[in-house]
Formats: sequence, C-alpha cells, structure tokens
Amino acid sequence: MVEKTITVGVNGMSYTRTVEPRMLLSDFLRQELTLTGTHVGCEHGVCGACTVLLDGRSVRSCLTLAVQVDGSEIETIEGQGEIDRLGRVQEAFRQHHGLQCGFCTPGFIMAVTDLLRHHPLESDEQIREALSGNICRCTGYENIVNAVRELARERGPLT
Amino acid sequence: MTDHQHPAELRPKMVGTRVKRTEDPRLLAGMGQYVDDMSPAGTLHVALRRSDQPHARILKIDVGEAFSVPGVVAIYDISDIEGEIKPAIPTSRLPGYYATPNWPLARGKVRYVGEPVVAVVAESRYAAEDALEHINIQYDPLPFAIRQVDAVKDDAPLLHEEAGTNTIIRREFKRGDVDAAFEEAAVIVKGRFRMTRKTAVAMENRSYLAEWDGRKQSLTLHTSSGSPGIIRDVLSSCLDLPGTRLRVVAPDVGGSFGAKGSLYPEEMLVCVLARKLKRPVKFISDRLEDLSATSQAFDELIEAELAVTSNGMLIGLKADVIGDVGAYSIYPWTAALETVQVVSFLPGPYRMEHYRGRIRGVLTPKPPTGPYRGVGRPSSTFAMERLVEMAARELNMDPVEFRRKNLVRAEEFPYRTASGIIWDKSAFQECLEGACEKADYAALVRQRDAARREGRWVGIGLASYAELTGIGSRISVAPGMPINTGTETSKIEIDATGAITASFGISSHGQGLETTLAQVIVDELGCKLEDIQVRHGDSALVPMSSGTYASRSAVLGGGAATLAARVVKGKVLRAAAFLMEQNVDDLDIRDGIIASRQSNLTMTLKEVASAVYTQMGRIPREQREDLTASETYDPYLGTACSSTHLAMVEIDPETYGVEIRRYVVAEDCGKIINPMIVDGQVHGAVAQGIGAALLEEIIHDDNGQAVAASLADYLVPVAGTVPNISIVHIEADLPNNVGGFRGMGEGGTIGAPAAIANAVSDALAHLGVSVETLPITPERIFQLLRDKALAGQPIQTPT
Ligand code: FES
Ligand code: FES
Repeated sequence: MVEKTITVGVNGMSYTRTVEPRMLLSDFLRQELTLTGTHVGCEHGVCGACTVLLDGRSVRSCLTLAVQVDGSEIETIEGQGEIDRLGRVQEAFRQHHGLQCGFCTPGFIMAVTDLLRHHPLESDEQIREALSGNICRCTGYENIVNAVRELARERGPLT
Repeated sequence: MTDHQHPAELRPKMVGTRVKRTEDPRLLAGMGQYVDDMSPAGTLHVALRRSDQPHARILKIDVGEAFSVPGVVAIYDISDIEGEIKPAIPTSRLPGYYATPNWPLARGKVRYVGEPVVAVVAESRYAAEDALEHINIQYDPLPFAIRQVDAVKDDAPLLHEEAGTNTIIRREFKRGDVDAAFEEAAVIVKGRFRMTRKTAVAMENRSYLAEWDGRKQSLTLHTSSGSPGIIRDVLSSCLDLPGTRLRVVAPDVGGSFGAKGSLYPEEMLVCVLARKLKRPVKFISDRLEDLSATSQAFDELIEAELAVTSNGMLIGLKADVIGDVGAYSIYPWTAALETVQVVSFLPGPYRMEHYRGRIRGVLTPKPPTGPYRGVGRPSSTFAMERLVEMAARELNMDPVEFRRKNLVRAEEFPYRTASGIIWDKSAFQECLEGACEKADYAALVRQRDAARREGRWVGIGLASYAELTGIGSRISVAPGMPINTGTETSKIEIDATGAITASFGISSHGQGLETTLAQVIVDELGCKLEDIQVRHGDSALVPMSSGTYASRSAVLGGGAATLAARVVKGKVLRAAAFLMEQNVDDLDIRDGIIASRQSNLTMTLKEVASAVYTQMGRIPREQREDLTASETYDPYLGTACSSTHLAMVEIDPETYGVEIRRYVVAEDCGKIINPMIVDGQVHGAVAQGIGAALLEEIIHDDNGQAVAASLADYLVPVAGTVPNISIVHIEADLPNNVGGFRGMGEGGTIGAPAAIANAVSDALAHLGVSVETLPITPERIFQLLRDKALAGQPIQTPT
C-alpha cells in the first residue's frame, strides 16, 4: 500500500501525517492525533457517534477516509469547549441532562452544531427528524430534544 | 437565627434535588476515557476469527500465509493457551443444572455462529484483520436444533454431550390447587406469548485492554464491564493470580443495560495474552461482533392461561415456559437468571392464590443469553398483562377497573406472591390511579372511540408490574451463583487537606452515580458537594467490589454511603468537640463548617482534618481517630418498585406502522435522590422497551445464521420513533431500608413492551387479532391480519 502524506486542519491546528490510503478519518483522529473524543459506535455509518464537521458540515468520520480530507478543515468535539468552560451546546446538554453514558454525546454535539447553523428546527417534530441520524441508547432522546429546542429558540429563525 | 440553628430536618437537602452531574463536563468535552481511548506504548491488537458454523467439530486450523502480513505477532487457538487459564464455571444449586465450562476460545467444537475460534495478535487492528483473511478452519458440521421447541426434545442433538441433555434449567413454582381453580373459573383466557431474541446494543462496543506489569508480576484489565469486581474475582481463579496482582478497572463505560455485566471470552483472552506476550493487549469489538457475540435476551415461549371469576377476580394462573438460553450458561449469572425470573415474576403485582409455573431452559446453537435490563420481567409482564387485558375484554370490564380489583392493596402488604416473592409495601394501586389521572384516561377513551368512528385504528393499553430491587443477602436470584449480590461497601476517607474520597464497589455506565452517591454523602456528612470525589468501577477500591446491575446501586451503594458517612461524621464531631472545647451534642456540621449551638465558634472540616493528621499534640493520642470509615450494607431482603405504564397508539391501516400518541409512566421508586436522573432513567428504559415492542429482533435462520449484521438490520429507536413521556412519581411509604431508596433503573423496559402490546391489540381488536409475539412489526401485523382473512374472518372497520 502506498502511503500518502496529508495536511489537515483540526480545530484550528494544522497536522501533517503520512497514512495508508485506507485509514478511516475516525481512526486518523483517534489514533494518529490522539483526539479520542470522537467515538466509533458502528463503523458502518448508522449510529452517528463518529460525527465531525468537515469544512463546516457534519460527516461520519467512519465513512470518510483520511486521505479524502487532505487540505480540509475538521472540527471535533475537542474544539467545542473546555472541561471547565463548556461551549454553549455542551452546556445545554448538561443543563437538560441530555447525556448519560456520554458515548454518543460527541457525535450529537457535532450534529447539533451543524443543525443549528443550517436547519430551521422550528418544531419538536423537525428537531426529532433532524436528530434521527444519531443513535443514543441511554437517554430516550427527550432531554436531547429539550436541549436542542432551547438552543434553537436562542438562535432564532435562520436568516 | 443563623442557618446552623435550624433543626436538621428543616435544612435544604441535597437528596431530592436536581443536581447537575459531576461526570458531565469531562464527557461533554470529549475528555471521557473509555477503554479504547487508552493506548499504552507497545499495545498489541487482537482480531478474532469467529465460527461461521452453528455446531461443528473443529478439524483443522490452517493459518496459511497469515504470518506474512506485516505486523502480525502471534496467532493462537485454544490449544496454545489452555494450559495458562482455567475455564469459568457458572455454578448453581438448581437441581439438574449443568454448568457449561466457559473458555476464551472454542475448544474442540463450535456451538454458535460468532463464537471466537482463532485469535490474531498484531501491531495494529488493520494488520490483525488482514491476517484473518488467510486463516482457514476446517469443520465437521454436526446436527443441531436451532429452535427451542426442537432442542427440548429427548432425541435432539446435544450441544454439550457432557450434560446429557439440552435442558439444563428446570424449575417449577406451585401454590394452591390450580386445577380446581380452573374448574371453578367463569372465564379462562390463554395465549402463546413470545418476546423474540434481542440484544442490548450499548453504544460503546465491548472493549478490553490488559496490561502486564513485569516488575510486579501483576495484571491490570481495563474493561467496559458493568461488574469489574465480579470479573476480578473470577479471573483471579482462572488465571491463578491473587487480588493483589490482578486489578480490574471499568473506566468510563458507554452503556451496558446488563449485557456488559457478564464475563466474556475476549475478556479472558486479553488477560492470558498480555501475560504470555508481556505486552498490553487490546480487543475492541466491532458492531457485527456485538450483534453476534454479546449476550442476548428474552426468547422464551410462554404458554399461559389465566382463570377468572365472573366478577373479575383472578384465581389461578398456569404457565409452561421454554426458554432458549443459547449455547452456554453465562458467567456468573447462569442460564437460570432470565429463565427462572420469567416464572417467578409471572403472577405480577396481583393477588392470586393458585399458580403453577414451569420453566425449561434449553441450550441452542446461538449466542448465550444473559442479563438485560429488566431480566425475565419484560417477558413475564408481557404475558401476564396481555392475559389481564384479554380477561377484562372477555368480561366486558374496563381494564383499569379490572386491575383495580386485583392489584394488591395497601393493607395487604407485605404480600407473598404465588411464587414466593414478598412485596414490601409499594404503591401498586396508587401507580394505576396516578397513570390514569395523568393521562386523563376517561378523555383518552373518548378520543379513541371518536377516532374509531372515523375508521382509525387507535388503541389504549396499560401495564402494571412490580419488580424486586436492591436485594440483600437473604435473597438470591439464582441460588448458588458464584457471587454475592447482597452487600455493598462504602469507604469514606477525609484526608489531611480536608478533601473527601468516597470509594465504592459499584460501577457506573451512565447512571450518574458519581453525582447521586455524593448527594447522599453531603446530607449525611454535612460537607460540600465539590469536596467529595466518588470513586467506583475499580476492584482495588474496596475488598468486595461488585458492579452495577439488578437495580441495586442506589439502594445498596446509597445505604452503605449513608452508614459510612454517619460514622465519619461522628469522628469529625468528636475531634471538633475536643478542639473547640464544646460538648459533642452541641455541634453540627453543614457545608463543611462545624458550628456549636452554644457559642459562635466554628471550625472548618479542613481545620479539623489538619489538626487530626498534621498538628501533633492538638488531640491527645488516646482520642485521636482517623477520619475514615468503611461500612458494608446488607438490606437483607429486597424492596419492591412498582409502576403502571399507559400507552395510546395509532396504527396506519395501509403501512401497518405503529405510532405512539401518548405515553405515561407512574412509578414508585421510594425516596428520589436526583429527580433529573430518575426521569432520565425512565426515558431511556421506556425507549428500549419501545424498541423491544416495535423494532428490535435478533433472527437466526434455519441454518443457524444470524440475519442482522449491522444497525441497518437490527433497528433501535431513534429520536423520531420515541414520544415524549409523562412521568408521575409516587412516593408511597418509604421502604424499610437505610436511606429509603428503591431501585429503578430497569423498570421502563419491563412495562413498555406490555403496554404497547396491549394498545396495539386494542387498536386491532375489531379485526379479531391479539398480539402474542413481540416486536409487533408492520410485517407481523400484516401476517396476523392475513391469517385471519385466510381463516375466513371478514375485516371490519372499527366500532
Ligand atoms: S461509527 Fe460512524 S456512524 Fe457509527
Ligand atoms: S448517552 Fe449513552 S448512548 Fe447516548
């Protein structure tokens, strides 16, 4: 396998690494960059735990190859806030108890970050529909919906 | 009056408050540490070649060119490691039981598709998986019976010849004269109920990392287990390592729901390999492996009949159950856990004199069944609650009124059920009323009837149940299991800086126990929340470490925390009394400040700790006590947790899709430590129950192959499938245990399948069909209606 050198921006930092062409973006983030906040729940694109933002839009890092993101900007959970200074989406999840085991949480936070930028999120039905690409096995979703409803209200209508 | 002069009971309490969780910031910031997030230098990765045969003798394993793959370090089958580990034996005292030996890799035979056979160890998971492709296993296929109705027969092919039978579990419960009761009955209803096989699907797959420390000749296993203490104890004997040289740690764990609480072959494997190769060894399951090799649940065939008098009183119940336990009896719970609970809980929260319930648990070539949230009771509640609504329908009685007549009443507690379970006082009737009131049952019935007049398929269903939680040493769910489930230890230590460490044997995989146990300690000890660090999930913390399962951690952990905090508080106050020259009875502590009722003197916890530990001479030697305590709590019996669920559904007459329109839960979980967390547990458990009712099913075809290979085939609820859930908390008389807590983590999964099955049956009643198999998928509804049509029953519009 011919390895390839790629340069990727992650949370505002630039990284250059040489990787096998088959390396998944999820493995690249977790193993090469030791950014283990991005989780892998299925490795086949269904659960959404591995969601990151690629040039501002959410993608499943388990369905993306590292070599595909050469030259792009990636945002991961580690860029959303600090343990002692959570970002707004993270804070809303905490406030509303939108997480239990926390395994699906980074994927939800990233997906919601994207939705807040691009999705109307006008009704509970729309919110639930929009969240349906991410699986949470602990919360039964209600508190996640509550958190997103509050965030959407704060944001106001999309312009 | 200053705060500290308030009598203790008037002070604001932490217990009962919506405290934000202490574990959240790290999880939200992506700083949680799950097993796969750890990569010590030199870690080797394991990939497994699993059986593609349901039952076969292993003839030959040919590794071919596997070693030519760069990075491959070793390839093992059982013959390479069996001298270095003993099998785990899940003992039980049940007569006629056979404890299947559980090995890390298949030995001689394979017994289910997905069973691990060959382990490849390599520098990376990619390399290990590449090498798997080169391995060729030659099998001699053996006959098998994949369905329990066949496996139970005398002439069925045997999965474990040594057992002499496939039927390794037999148990019968009997009370009264059930045949006479059926003769007297005005109405008899019966059904053949089945909740098909399912699996837990925790979002974090099972993950194990073992590290061998050559200097100390000791092993540390990091595991996604829900029961690290239990795993330590069994591995200690399998690996012949004392507890001082074997530590089992569950770091952040991404859900378990029971399924991660058993010992797994891969857990044994990484330990043996780390010791053998003297390097860290990691195994991370992928989702396909999870669907085919993590323990599964349910899969009982329940033939049951209920006898009722003409005025609607339950008089007798008969059940014959065949449980499909899979290929092995799981360690430590045994194949008895789920199966026996189905028949022991079948009579439910109802008053009933005559009962005969028999269970046979049979081995089949499928992944082992094991504990899953609710254990046995989702199936028993489904069968019983269907029978209850069928009987009410026969008698033309309202199902709520019917339950009201038969649920055990307040004055009848403690009530011994027909199977011998004792319900301490719990709000059976009040939960029923609470759910109906919250839902406005009368209005819902009117709405349903109006919708029906428009030709819509709308139905209402209820389910009432009780479960036994927080069980103590007197009760054992499966007698003779190789573990103690009845006690729990809390060790509280105030150090020289005044910081408080509280250590427990339980573990947490989403329950928020770092927060709730700290809340309990704050109230008992009088310290600040932020001064406490709760530690759990590590076998090295307390002598008898266990885990979190069976709705026990709040009851037992909370009880132990209460006891230990009281002892430490006593020590703090005695030291402070000496230092402040006050009478100990005049002192109290709150927010970490000790104050006297007789003077304006105060001292901080930090000052007391410093005086005790570092300022020699301030307290005379005879009076000096370490500010520590270790207390073990044994509730002896268990406590009932009861609930009623109410669901309204609508079925699309064209797609047969079921939509849940309203969902209400009323439950009595005793004193609530953190209402936010309790509601979250209810939401999550109900969502899983909805999955079991409508979606989730592990199917094995006639060739023994599992059909679901991904989460695109095994469907779990997503945000769009789950409704909002209204919750009513009913706090009846508190149970007679330390703290007054009841366990509640499992309940939703128990009530939801039954309530939804009843609602769907109600919606389809005009078509003459009744739900007896779950999940009730559109395809099953279609089949039911088609069978009915083929039988010549005209399909009518609802009335
Ligand atoms: S891990 Fe990528 S979608 Fe599940
Ligand atoms: S919080 Fe556990 S899977 Fe979502």
